[in-house]
Amino acid sequence: MSRLLTAPMTFAIGVILTVAVLDLPEIPAGLTPTVLASMEMSGVGHPVTGVLLNFRGYDTWLEVGVLLLAMQAVLLLQRSYDLSLLPSDPPANPVLSWFTHLLVPAMVLVAGYLLWMGTKAPGGAFQAGAILGAAGVLLRLAGYRSVAVLRGVLMRALLLMGFGLFLVVAVGVMAFGMQFFQYPGRPAGEIIFALEIAISVATGLTLAALFVGGRPARRHADGERRGSH
Amino acid sequence: MSQFLLYSLASVALFCIGLHGLIAHRHLLRKIVAMNVMASGVFLLLVSIARRNQDMVADPVPHAMVLTGIVVAVSTTAFALALARRICLETGRVSIEEEEEQGDTQ
Amino acid sequence: MDFDQLLDLLLVTALLGVAWKALASPDLFKAVVLFIAFGLLMSLAWIRLNAPDIALAEAAIGAGLTGTLLLDAVRQMSVRQE
Repeated sequence: MSRLLTAPMTFAIGVILTVAVLDLPEIPAGLTPTVLASMEMSGVGHPVTGVLLNFRGYDTWLEVGVLLLAMQAVLLLQRSYDLSLLPSDPPANPVLSWFTHLLVPAMVLVAGYLLWMGTKAPGGAFQAGAILGAAGVLLRLAGYRSVAVLRGVLMRALLLMGFGLFLVVAVGVMAFGMQFFQYPGRPAGEIIFALEIAISVATGLTLAALFVGGRPARRHADGERRGSH
Repeated sequence: MSQFLLYSLASVALFCIGLHGLIAHRHLLRKIVAMNVMASGVFLLLVSIARRNQDMVADPVPHAMVLTGIVVAVSTTAFALALARRICLETGRVSIEEEEEQGDTQ
Repeated sequence: MDFDQLLDLLLVTALLGVAWKALASPDLFKAVVLFIAFGLLMSLAWIRLNAPDIALAEAAIGAGLTGTLLLDAVRQMSVRQE
């Protein structure tokens, strides 16, 4: 019975939303003039990067925190920070191997380029981090251990790097008499770039580790977890 | 039909398609795909609102919100998939079964 | 109707069609592949809406990484069931 209600209910929600969307007020200027007027203060040349890492840096910090939480939850399901215990793919066929050798260095280069260009053109830390994560996933699919080579303290340190640097900057400026998360005027650009580097490396590692760590370990007959043979 | 109108109506349609898929399907993976489609609908609405004033550059604040939203969506998907795989490993079931109403088990 | 409007209309039709097929397809693998295609079409929609940063992020994260995660899960779950 409740199955039959799904379609009409969804349709009703759709009608309500359509009315709401059609009812939006007249074309305002939005926040564009405010942001564009403050761009020199932000230290970067691209509006979206300025908003993401300076004006709304608090949201970005919490977003990195969400990534960290998801990673923590996935690692909890594995019950170990040591991803090398998980079964890995078999070594790849020659075409995939050659392709990986060709593509992974290019991916790292493209990620660095996007990171650098993010200060003045479309690009930025998350795009670069996504490509680094994809490189980690490609390595894993080609049979290498990829992210699983990191273990213990190093893995935890790299995962925490993005969130931690944000926290250090946000609280550290308070030691100089400013408010929480208030970037100082002139080094703002350099601070933002350092944060971007930390975010992209940490995001790349987290995204690749979410892929690698998502696979449940094999269980043998006695219920104990064993690695791959 | 202006660009804003077209894309905002499309975003409402996407949201409803995703919502219907989320409720109607029982398989866990299909629910996760439906959730992602719903998220894409919401992001499309946000960005088309940012593009409403055609004379100016697009509003960067909703762009930043959508970028944050995409990363949060992939985190949620990764965690949901890890949970779903663990459920499949432990119980062997991949879908949420409905409780059948039986007269004699109550 | 000029070219821009026609392009937008075709893109929106393709988006909604692929999303519908992705959720209505009986084969799970086909559904995930259609979802990856949906992600790439969303990338085009972001470009049409003057959001190149989001287009980059959607192509890499939304279509690429989410698609990979889903494909991996589909493979593991279908192996389990046999």
